[in-house]
Amino acid sequence: MGALNYIVQQTMNALSLGSTYALVAIGLVMVFGVLRLVNFAHGDLMMVACYTAFFLVATGLHLGLFSILIIAILVATLVGILMERVAYRPVRGASNIITLLTSLAVSIFIENIFVMFASPVPRSFRSITPLFLNIVNHWGTLVVSNINLVIFGVAILLLIFLLLFVTRTKLGISMRATSEDLMAAQLAGINIDRVIVTAFAIGSAIAGVAGILWAARIGRIDPLMGFTPLLKAFVAAVIGGFGSLAGAVLGAYLLGFAEIFLIGFLPPSLSSYRDAFVFLLLIIVLLVRPNGILGSIEREKV
Amino acid sequence: MSNINQKSLKNFISLLELLGISSILMLALAVLGLKNPYLMRVAILVGINIILVVALNLSNGFTGIFSLGHVGFMAIGAYTSSILTLTVATKSTNLPSLPIWLAHTQFGFLPALLIAGSLAALIALLIGFPLMRLSGNYVAVATLGFLVIIHIVLINWEQFTRGARTFSGVIQYTTLWWVYIWILITIYVVWRIVHSHYGRALLAVRDDPIAAQTMGVSILRSRLLAFVVSAFLSAVGGGLMAHFLTSFSPATFYFTATFNYIIILIIGGLGSISGSVLGATLVTLLTELLRNFEQSIRLYGLSQIILAAALVLIIIFYPKGLIGYREINWLQLLKLGSTKGTNNNSERR
Repeated sequence: MGALNYIVQQTMNALSLGSTYALVAIGLVMVFGVLRLVNFAHGDLMMVACYTAFFLVATGLHLGLFSILIIAILVATLVGILMERVAYRPVRGASNIITLLTSLAVSIFIENIFVMFASPVPRSFRSITPLFLNIVNHWGTLVVSNINLVIFGVAILLLIFLLLFVTRTKLGISMRATSEDLMAAQLAGINIDRVIVTAFAIGSAIAGVAGILWAARIGRIDPLMGFTPLLKAFVAAVIGGFGSLAGAVLGAYLLGFAEIFLIGFLPPSLSSYRDAFVFLLLIIVLLVRPNGILGSIEREKV
Repeated sequence: MSNINQKSLKNFISLLELLGISSILMLALAVLGLKNPYLMRVAILVGINIILVVALNLSNGFTGIFSLGHVGFMAIGAYTSSILTLTVATKSTNLPSLPIWLAHTQFGFLPALLIAGSLAALIALLIGFPLMRLSGNYVAVATLGFLVIIHIVLINWEQFTRGARTFSGVIQYTTLWWVYIWILITIYVVWRIVHSHYGRALLAVRDDPIAAQTMGVSILRSRLLAFVVSAFLSAVGGGLMAHFLTSFSPATFYFTATFNYIIILIIGGLGSISGSVLGATLVTLLTELLRNFEQSIRLYGLSQIILAAALVLIIIFYPKGLIGYREINWLQLLKLGSTKGTNNNSERR
């Protein structure tokens, strides 16, 4: 009984951790899908949403939680669209590495804007987090907090919504066409600018949601807060297969299980090396299945 | 036959030019530094950055596989060489739980640098073997993963590294002379590799991997050589940096440093040694100026913002960097300046 309980509890922990990674990874893969761009600034969009919410609360306008969340997500979306217009559109069609470096520069740019104007000191996010999220449920011997349930629910809902979007709507189908072959999509009369902006808007909005939920879970925000979730989402997306939404989510849950497993089975003296093992896992997956578990093999065109 | 000789002679002259320009540069900086200790520090920093960026260029510019993890090799070099050169007394206070064979020995600067470089080269060989098969985004993300692993190990391996705390008490061995000699070695080694048959294979693979493979060029071997040598030189650069700063922490060798070296590399031009020398000089001086400005107006983060914006602008408007794949041909420049007409004639024949 005790052992079974332990397994169920750890499974729930892994699912909640995996859901947080899944939220970040979905947005990342959205953008990667159409542009083949590894967007380093994705984590910074999370941070932008959190700081927007933080400052809205600090102004003391009593906007109400819901409108604060909407504004924060909108701001992240706008920053994402602006990013695409100013930095990524001029380098569209350049090599993968060049676009990756551009996004790296954009990331450093945004982070340091916040270091400069909002100070690098971490701030508490507790004032924004509604109290019911912090409630910890005790179901028999199982322990799970509301925030983890919310994150799990949001991740699954968003995945279903996005899968419906890319398979059932015209815009979504043109998005998949663009991701298949940008040039051919353009020749077929698809307005790829609109498709790419849409992908960025959706990706950034999801980053905003992910950022706020991440901060609510951790309890504090700082200008560099996006870096760790971004790296984890990279690993998740690579494990599952960059370029496939379902793959990214699968990768995120596998990563969640791997981390919980490592915490459970590593000797205490090695448990602080957990993230090192996570990246070792990344390198091993890249070796065995460079395109991830659900990723399709990308043919190189001569 | 004379054609081949002429070509190799031309190549040799371009090497001499490179070494000469770097020497003149370092001499100029040394003269400035004689009067002012601050300028001397800047000169040494310029020199170390030249070594690091030329080493990075060997891997990232000439092979087409883009590593974001070279600062990890730098960290290995810095920590390894510093642990080796610490005096026995400093070791007993700063790193009390070192194994006995390490605690009671003290190495000279050169052997410490060479051991540090060899260790990094060995690790590069181990991780390079799998990584060199990947391409594009995947190498970048995987090498970033390597950097994170190194960072986590440095923070947690307190017995050797003092963890996240500052590693201090390192003797300031690094002088402009040490840096200068390593610049010459670095440029010579990188130049030799790029102009060897390995180098030609590298360029072929970089420009068109499929065509190169069709012609029977082995991608793995040439890339691995470039990666390992580049790791060795990066570690030496890290060792020089450690014995210049005298105190540092794992955060010194992490994401910010990675970004700075990549900016220099891109601004100077991927695949150009003279571009790296020029880029390292310009960007280091600029960063130093910006940092002073930033401190005087208390707007921390400004220098990073300007560098990031500069990188985006350079990528958009000068996608090949300031120099591109070419090398600066100084003699040609001089000739063009004085006798433009005759030069053109001789080329036409």
